[in-house]
Amino acid sequence: MRLEPIANPSTARRLGLPALALVATLAVAMLLALIAGANPLDTLGQIATGALGSKLAVLETLNRATPLIFTGLAVAVAFRAKLWNIGAEAQLYAGAIVAVVLGTGAIPSPLVLPLSALAAMIAGAVLLLGPVILKTRLGVDEVVTTLLLNFIMLLFVSYLLEGPMKDPMGMGWPKSPALIPEARLPRIIDGLRLHWGFALSLISAVVIWVIQTRTTLGFEIRAVGQNPEAARFAGMPVNAVLIKTALLSGGLAALAGWSEVAGLKGHLSSDLSPGFGYTGIIVAMLALLNPLGVILSAIFVAGIFVGSDAMSRTAGVPTYIADMLMATALLFMVLAILLTRVRVVRG
Amino acid sequence: MTAPKPEAEIVLRLDRISKRFGALLANDAVSLDLKKGEVIALLGENGAGKTTLMNILFGHYVADAGEVQVFGQSLPPGNPRAALAAGVGMVHQHFTLAGNLTVLDNIALGTESLWSRGLGRAAARAKVAKLSVDFGLAVHPDAKVGKLSVGERQRVEILKALYRDARILILDEPTAVLTPQEADALFATLRKATALGLSVIFISHKLHEVMAIADRCIVLRHGRVVGTVDTHTTDKGQLATLMVGGELSLPRAEPRAPGAVRMRFDQVFTPDRGATPGLKAVTLALHAGQITGLAGVSGNGQAALAELVAGLALPSSGRLSLNDVPIDTWSPRLALAKGVARIPEDRHHQGTIADFDLTENAVLEAYRSRRFSRRGWMNWRAAKSFAEEIIAGYDVRCPGPGVRIRLLSGGNMQKLILGRAMSGGSSSDGPEIILANQPVRGLDVGAIAYVQSQLLAARDRGAAVLLISEDLDEIMGLSDVIHVISQGRLSPGFGRGTMTAAELGLWMAGQNFAHDQSEAPNAA
Repeated sequence: MRLEPIANPSTARRLGLPALALVATLAVAMLLALIAGANPLDTLGQIATGALGSKLAVLETLNRATPLIFTGLAVAVAFRAKLWNIGAEAQLYAGAIVAVVLGTGAIPSPLVLPLSALAAMIAGAVLLLGPVILKTRLGVDEVVTTLLLNFIMLLFVSYLLEGPMKDPMGMGWPKSPALIPEARLPRIIDGLRLHWGFALSLISAVVIWVIQTRTTLGFEIRAVGQNPEAARFAGMPVNAVLIKTALLSGGLAALAGWSEVAGLKGHLSSDLSPGFGYTGIIVAMLALLNPLGVILSAIFVAGIFVGSDAMSRTAGVPTYIADMLMATALLFMVLAILLTRVRVVRG
Repeated sequence: MTAPKPEAEIVLRLDRISKRFGALLANDAVSLDLKKGEVIALLGENGAGKTTLMNILFGHYVADAGEVQVFGQSLPPGNPRAALAAGVGMVHQHFTLAGNLTVLDNIALGTESLWSRGLGRAAARAKVAKLSVDFGLAVHPDAKVGKLSVGERQRVEILKALYRDARILILDEPTAVLTPQEADALFATLRKATALGLSVIFISHKLHEVMAIADRCIVLRHGRVVGTVDTHTTDKGQLATLMVGGELSLPRAEPRAPGAVRMRFDQVFTPDRGATPGLKAVTLALHAGQITGLAGVSGNGQAALAELVAGLALPSSGRLSLNDVPIDTWSPRLALAKGVARIPEDRHHQGTIADFDLTENAVLEAYRSRRFSRRGWMNWRAAKSFAEEIIAGYDVRCPGPGVRIRLLSGGNMQKLILGRAMSGGSSSDGPEIILANQPVRGLDVGAIAYVQSQLLAARDRGAAVLLISEDLDEIMGLSDVIHVISQGRLSPGFGRGTMTAAELGLWMAGQNFAHDQSEAPNAA
């Protein structure tokens, strides 16, 4: 058997295979439920109900989707330029730290939200700048540097929460003081537990889409990602484009942490992110790196997590099923993407 | 080396092999015989079809027509294992070794059964030791391949083929990566191999090596065998002439008086890159209204010269000037702004982005101009109409501007690049300087004529054209002045019609150059 490239895949192939990947994922989910001793169809039904079955469930899913939209966009933007930013988790925490530093009384009240959002983006962008400059100047693999920065950042957050940033009123828990009310993102509709961070994530997705399709920078990012040699020959400043991409990507990931702190939690703790930065990679891949697709895939992924939580309470299937579903969805999607471009032939 | 007897057994026969890639006929009914104990050289320019032919022989490609026979047995097409089993061993230009394994591991890899590891080790070691002595291939069996020099790695590759009992060795440009001393050692090995009854196919475009090692030489051009010559009865000049040929009819260029100097190279040096020499004291003037042809065997510094014109590099010493203004800062974007149009050598990887559509590729260079964008916002409507202008004006055959460029044939891709290049520049009569690097390589006859006529038209409009080609016919037909490049050194300029192909061939082979020119100045 060998692989043979397909010059011009049909529309059916380009849309049908990802759909097939989702169906296959659901089939695996049912198999897992069966192994866990539950009724497969009931399990899927409960995941769906838990994610979308009530107003409360929908809002919870959208809340959970918010940081995933940001990290998904961060990854999609970077991967489009073939800049492998695996460090969205670290950039997320950089944004969260800034939200606390500026949101606990440092800035006069009306300006605190826009200023801390901007500062958070800058912090995330600067964090990604180092690995990218090492890449463009010295050829250091950014997968390694951005990945390792995640662990450094998590340890740094632990240090902050045990030391300088520890809440004196926190009864000894490693958490930061609470944000002042003016530094909190308000709810979109009074009484409903959904904050403006979600709206901001949607706006960000549209902005990124517009940048990618309508601006010279977007054209450069796509060109550098597709073929850096041709981009350089055509006169594009390849390294500058990579740096701009990094600033955009790091800033987006930082907004995930900023909006979690300012919108949802109101303080920083070291369990702020259950791996939103890494899940952002799955979100971006499922969306085929399309910024608008990131919205849908983030809601899908968030729904699976929220729904699995609800399902495990009633059906007794462990919530690990959500992680396994993510992993299988990603594997099937990567396979689907590969098979849109090549076919397997005998001989 | 003793010539094989005429009645020697024929070990390999290629019978009328044809292979077509789209519009390009890469191999056109190529036949050849290889006798026992013989070295034949397969000679030809890049794109002549040498590598395609060897890939068919080795089963990487399936021929459209024709047959491969090894020791009288027909080989099943498209099956490298069958070729290996029949005793054909290939040493690729780029080695296929695992750097973290030892020499012995690399050689035995894939030949031993999964379950008998260790048992066959001693036997393998003995066999490798014997082969090393027999063929003069000294390498330490326990050395890690990653620590070996390029020459040593090549010996490992050859041992690997011999270990698999190859009776026919194919070497694809084996000396491209070797120092002269390593090359001499390789030739000694090949002589031992033929004395032991092996047969060798030696792919090269270096004439002196072919003369030194081969018994017979088969010259390919445009996919066809244009000559089979005995190296004992030929000379380099004849081979060069055969290689570059003389049958393509070219558009006639009327002589023209040269205009002002657009671009000047003054004692320019560039660093060597591995085995590829950099430029050595190159002095060259590109005149307006002239086509300056740069002839030479590939890998002699053409790429370095092209990079300087295209804006990708600056000289390490010496001066480059544009309209008599010295160039201090230089980039592709600056080159474009100064009216330098570029047709790159590799249209698939440098000239276009395969998955971009024609519109995006059309504005790849000029997307920042006011016509196509304002303050960072692309005007895709203007870009699309520009692409449509090129499609109509340069006869690009395609379904429309929205189709991805990878779906176009090489000729149509090149026409789009040509149209893009010709519409650049600040003045209304197009670019002032045109770099045309292998502009017709791999194109069909119709596209060749079209591209060449466009270059002549640009020259008649007053552009200074630098034409880089390995095809002497093309150079001689189009150029007003011809320079030959060899080992990074540039010959004097020869006016149209003052040199024969054979005379240029001698320059291409590196003769006639004064030695003092190749020394770098102390300042460099």
